[in-house]
Amino acid sequence: MSSNKVLLFGNEAIAHGAREAGVYFASAYPGTPSTEILEIFSKFPGIYAKWSPNEKVALEVGIGASLTGTRTLVTMKHVGVNVAMDPLMTFTYTGVVGGFVLVSADDPEMHSSQNEQDNRILGKFAKIPILEPSDSQEAHDFTIFGYELSERFSTPVMLRETTRIAHAKGLVELGEWSEPKRGEAFERDTERFVMMPIYARKRHTIVEQRSIDLHRFSNEWEGNRLELADTKVGFITGGIAYQYIKELMPDASFLKIGMPWPFPDQKAKQLAEHVDRVIVVEELEPFLEEEARLAGIACEGKAYFSREGELNLDRVTAGLAKAGIDVPAPPEPVQAGEVLSRPPVLCAGCPHRGINMALKKINADVYGDIGCYTLAALPPLGSLHTCFCMGASIGNAIGSSLAAINPKHGQVAVIGDSTFLHSGLTGLVDLYYSQANATVVIVDNSITAMTGGQHHPATGHDLMGNHAPQVSLERIIEAIGIEHIVTLDTYDYDKALEQLKGAVQYEGPSVVIARQACALFPSKKRPQPYVVLEDCNACAACFRIGCPAIFPSETEFHKKKPKAVIDPDACTGCTLCSQVCPIDVIVPLEQKEVKA
Amino acid sequence: MSLESITNVLVVGVGGQGVVLASNILCEIAARAGFDVKKSEIHGMSQRGGVVTSHVRFGPKVYGSLIASQQTDALLGFEAAESLRFAHEVKPGGAMFASTQKIKPPTGGGLKAAKYPEDALEQAAKICKGTLVPVEAHKIAVELGNARLSNTILLGALSTSLDIDQDIWVETIKKMVPPKTIELNVQAFERGRQVVADFDVAVK
Repeated sequence: MSSNKVLLFGNEAIAHGAREAGVYFASAYPGTPSTEILEIFSKFPGIYAKWSPNEKVALEVGIGASLTGTRTLVTMKHVGVNVAMDPLMTFTYTGVVGGFVLVSADDPEMHSSQNEQDNRILGKFAKIPILEPSDSQEAHDFTIFGYELSERFSTPVMLRETTRIAHAKGLVELGEWSEPKRGEAFERDTERFVMMPIYARKRHTIVEQRSIDLHRFSNEWEGNRLELADTKVGFITGGIAYQYIKELMPDASFLKIGMPWPFPDQKAKQLAEHVDRVIVVEELEPFLEEEARLAGIACEGKAYFSREGELNLDRVTAGLAKAGIDVPAPPEPVQAGEVLSRPPVLCAGCPHRGINMALKKINADVYGDIGCYTLAALPPLGSLHTCFCMGASIGNAIGSSLAAINPKHGQVAVIGDSTFLHSGLTGLVDLYYSQANATVVIVDNSITAMTGGQHHPATGHDLMGNHAPQVSLERIIEAIGIEHIVTLDTYDYDKALEQLKGAVQYEGPSVVIARQACALFPSKKRPQPYVVLEDCNACAACFRIGCPAIFPSETEFHKKKPKAVIDPDACTGCTLCSQVCPIDVIVPLEQKEVKA
Repeated sequence: MSLESITNVLVVGVGGQGVVLASNILCEIAARAGFDVKKSEIHGMSQRGGVVTSHVRFGPKVYGSLIASQQTDALLGFEAAESLRFAHEVKPGGAMFASTQKIKPPTGGGLKAAKYPEDALEQAAKICKGTLVPVEAHKIAVELGNARLSNTILLGALSTSLDIDQDIWVETIKKMVPPKTIELNVQAFERGRQVVADFDVAVK
């Protein structure tokens, strides 16, 4: 290994690439698998990086920075780009001043997402060039190149990565940092930046010409690489799929795509002329395949490879075999060992547990949202009944309560604090405006927890590690006009249940702020775990709260049923199990020692 | 270049056990030994208690970061039931070093508790096409005075099956663990190697 190479995740490589390219300004909303890029970038000296409340704002903030001539990075997960599409579709008309790269981190296989949409389609829809790295080194190199491309063609650039690039490590040769490129001031140019019809029509003409120029460039760019070898079969492939095919078919011919759009059709034709047969291998949608077909190239692809999930060596091998290509047969499937189920659960001490126990108790129809609390849909809680996208819960609850003739249960939206600020605010305005009979429960754990603990406008801190002004949820809700507002402590179960009941029974819009900090950010490890006394009668009430610190005993039984036992290392002392224990045999360790 | 020139190491365990750290150390070791290295991780949505797997591949040139099925040269198991889950991935002639530690999943309340396979490693040994070396990593770590040392004990065991100079292992571990724990980690690494040496003697 040469000494200047370091092992980096794709996301680390992008952050380093941005710093080397002289990016000064970065904005994002966290989302797996994109989150680490800004966390790492924010620690570099001489730059500015921020979390925005949602991806649309992050992109708009980024546009503002670019308009001053500042090199700008904006990152988000694939579904975040949906939120940001509105400004993006017009930013493509105005073009950039300072170089602008938008990272879209897609999640084939849905490791941590609600869908597996292919954002190459969105890049093409916005008519912006797309770069797609196939390893950490390219993630670094393409990020730097993205800024040259952006400024040369005055266009936002999409750097599209997938989980398998973002969260995979490889060796990267880093370069020198350049001086962050920060613009002096916004220079007015009404015909360019005011996208009203008379000016937008002119800009559209420019966009179409730019697409033609980019198309020509794509055919010249060495990142779209022809590897002409064996003449039997040639592969058009890019991203992680390239690595799998290259490993399995090292002697084949390739068009390795670094820029899926505009598609390098001339290079594809060269490949087709060199080989008997062209096969396109790509994850998710037949994007490259359709581009190749549009260019008149006879090729195959999705006939052999699924549109669903991610690829791996086994799936690619199976696809190649289906295509009649001679590949070493995979080993015969063997019997795996007995599979023990380890379903995801809310953490020990999670503040979402208490409020979901209460929601289950009152048997409300719960319209859910995106966050850790979505796990409450699973047993034993099973207290959450829908999940679409960021902010959807409130709208869903409004529509359902307005449309249904006879709702069977209380109508409740459950949404996290970060998600509420992301896109729950406008829903809440609609709740007040429509006076729907629904309750919004903001499960406020004072952090963006699911993505690993990022700050947001109501936490009092920013991404750069500074204290920041703190948005007050209560004051926002009051200002909207909601009259029934309750703040409760989710660790105080009986009281919380009564407060929740009150809000749900209230005729008209109501809001509950269920507040208690996340068990992990900051860590709530307490010196005083709870323990189960010998008198436990194995009623299982504490098992039903789904706490991963509570187990059935293997040695202690009551009438053949296992008593409860608490793992002292996992217990955070949240006290919920103690509160639901009907015979009060779950006590603080100290109390047990006194009794003994 | 043939695929045989790539070494595939699969590291498995449960969230919170240190699978990610161990695989990071292994990556650094392989890189310092002059190999191309790639690694990929899969972990579920939960912060704690879910299945975690890390694929580490090294050799003269590595393309993909995922190991194909049944192509694992060495499996490092942090938890007995997880070792059982992945034992069939070890290829003939490969090895697995499996901690005897058991971590049971939460009951899920009203659900029937998943039955934990108490004889997980015995079952795994039957399924595994290579050698299975059980490692009482947790017990040894506690003896050494810190349960977190299981990680390094398992790496010590793994080091016996990979063709990388022992000095590189020790130097890298020294660099990547907290400074106060360097001496203990070096001891833990040696204890891990000793487990395999003792196992080999017992088998003969």
